[in-house]
Amino acid sequence: MTRPKTVIDKIWDDHVVCSDAKGDLLYIDLHLVHEVTSPQAFDGIEHEGRRVRRPDLTLAVEDHNVPTDSLLIRDPMGSAQVERLRENCARHGIEHFAHGDERQGVVHVVAPELGLVQPGMSVVCGDSHTSTHGALGALAFGVGTSDVEHVLATQTLRITKPATMAVEFVGTLPAGVSPKDLVMALIAEIGANGANGHVIEYRGPVMREISMEGRMSICNMAVEAGARAGLVAPDEVTEEYLRGRPAAPSGSRWDEAVAAWRELRTDDGASFDKTVRIDVSTLTPYATWGTNPGQAARVGDGVVPDPATFTDPGERAAAQRALEYMGLAPGTRLRDIKIDTVFLGSCTNGRIEDLRAAAEVLEGRRLANGVRMIVVPGSMQVRKQAEQEGLHEVFTAAGAQWRLSGCSMCLGMNTDRLTGPARVASTSNRNYERRQGDHARTHLVSPATAAATAVAGHLAAPQHLDGATT
Amino acid sequence: MTTTPFTVHSGRAMVLRRDDIDTDQIIPAEFCKRLTKHGYEDGLFAGWRGEPGFPLDQPHLRSATVLVAGSNFGTGSSREHAVWALRDWGFRAVVAVSFGDIFRRNAFTNGLLPVCLSKEDVAALSDAVEADPAMPVTIDLLERELRTPGTSRSFDVDERARHLLVNGLDEIGLTEQQEQHIARYELTRRPWFPSLRPGCLSGGRWQAAR
Ligand code: SF4
Repeated sequence: MTRPKTVIDKIWDDHVVCSDAKGDLLYIDLHLVHEVTSPQAFDGIEHEGRRVRRPDLTLAVEDHNVPTDSLLIRDPMGSAQVERLRENCARHGIEHFAHGDERQGVVHVVAPELGLVQPGMSVVCGDSHTSTHGALGALAFGVGTSDVEHVLATQTLRITKPATMAVEFVGTLPAGVSPKDLVMALIAEIGANGANGHVIEYRGPVMREISMEGRMSICNMAVEAGARAGLVAPDEVTEEYLRGRPAAPSGSRWDEAVAAWRELRTDDGASFDKTVRIDVSTLTPYATWGTNPGQAARVGDGVVPDPATFTDPGERAAAQRALEYMGLAPGTRLRDIKIDTVFLGSCTNGRIEDLRAAAEVLEGRRLANGVRMIVVPGSMQVRKQAEQEGLHEVFTAAGAQWRLSGCSMCLGMNTDRLTGPARVASTSNRNYERRQGDHARTHLVSPATAAATAVAGHLAAPQHLDGATT
Repeated sequence: MTTTPFTVHSGRAMVLRRDDIDTDQIIPAEFCKRLTKHGYEDGLFAGWRGEPGFPLDQPHLRSATVLVAGSNFGTGSSREHAVWALRDWGFRAVVAVSFGDIFRRNAFTNGLLPVCLSKEDVAALSDAVEADPAMPVTIDLLERELRTPGTSRSFDVDERARHLLVNGLDEIGLTEQQEQHIARYELTRRPWFPSLRPGCLSGGRWQAAR
């Protein structure tokens, strides 16, 4: 009998081209590229007279630098990066979705919606949130520019196998608690480095109930717990999501593929290097109060903690610094924190279900006085779908701005960067100092919480709009 | 691309007593809008420069080549620019309790050595450096040892990384020598895994590349 294996081991082993003491040479099935982390890599291969080995396994998308209020890139440096990407793709025969293309969007939203990511594949991108694609049962992780160059040239990476970690969600997920809340609760529990050096398999009965889009939000933030990657073994939800997508297999290939996907699960008796178990039954919506994603508390009854209560000196100092940056006093109730800006979008929460969740809350309501909200669909396909469903009208009727697709306010790299003092409820994944603007203070929340916050003018989950007190 | 070999390095250290220093702090996004691999020193900790007493602003610490930080250094984004900025400033090594995974890998690739020590050892080293900023710190990758006058601490480093650093090898060149293996592997890939060619996804229709 063969040794029981985790699904992570199965996918990893399946991609090893050869190995030696220095690690495994891992084959990469899909290489995603964007304008910010690739120019130096293309320069590198050209300088050495190399070619792109598999342009047909490479897809480039413009997302980080592009504005979402116009098709004109006004910033000369951003525009130079985008231009360079276009030239590089044209020269090397790489499929490329430009700003303005109906298939453009945030790279981690675009690839799955086309069916380009499938169970058992290996996926890399010069972007840490490549972990998103693990939702499809793929081994997907972010790499730096030197690795981008290595993959362009060889379609492989030389890498030591990371450790494995099981995150088991058990119990019954209460109504009103979103996948984003689930992953924020996990990070609050294990810390922003709780999964360092590991690939996570999200397991347990709760995961099976979560939609593909929800799984993407959860895998997206695996990296916020420090993990190399996070994935969910494929099941019927995965099959239903992929069926009929443009790049998904069809005909007899579909049956063959499905049969193989069904083998992709952790064998009974397989062991993980680390296991974390979270009972979701008592969870409520979360929001961050600090400057790393682990510094989070419950929206309903949470308060900003007193740094003095942290026993670890490093954590205490970090909390102290975070409160200074965030301009918050210990003991402040989260629900008393006033917000002036709301961002709905990003590769964490820019998918159609996210927009639906926010629209449901905003329907028939208006943004609070002084609150500005921008809604940035994760892709132009998501935008189109939302318009077919009339969601854009709900947003604009509430007073929010309806935008084109891109990374937008998730990171301060494009014209959506905040310039003045701002306190933001953001559905993105990082609340680092100055990430959204030099004087921006970020509170990470779910789409429903973002919408309720926009209506209330302070941090709030939907039930608080109806008078709930916790 | 060939990395600069790293075997034994001696230099002064600088202490940044903070945990969870993320890559957005090491180099903010606006400094990543460039097309080059060099010249990022101006962006290093740009958001923190000018804060009272910030170590990078102290002229007497300008020659430091070893940065000592807290835990989870380099957490966050995959931007290799963070490593380039530290390297371009003049750092050859970062000592911390732990590192973000992608940062750590990027560091090795660029000849910047990430050294993990225990919390106690990092604290003791930080105290010693702050008491005597001119104290030489020696990092010996061959012996896997960090030495200061009168102390010696060993550290772990994975074999791939050590090999790369000590030899300063062109990793792509090495992988190209495995071409036969790669080509053979490609024959075994699942036939339904997608492949793209320009235009194959246009108009909402997918035409698989042959
Ligand atoms: S949306 Fe944010 S996290 Fe996602 S790829 Fe863009 S910048 Fe990165």
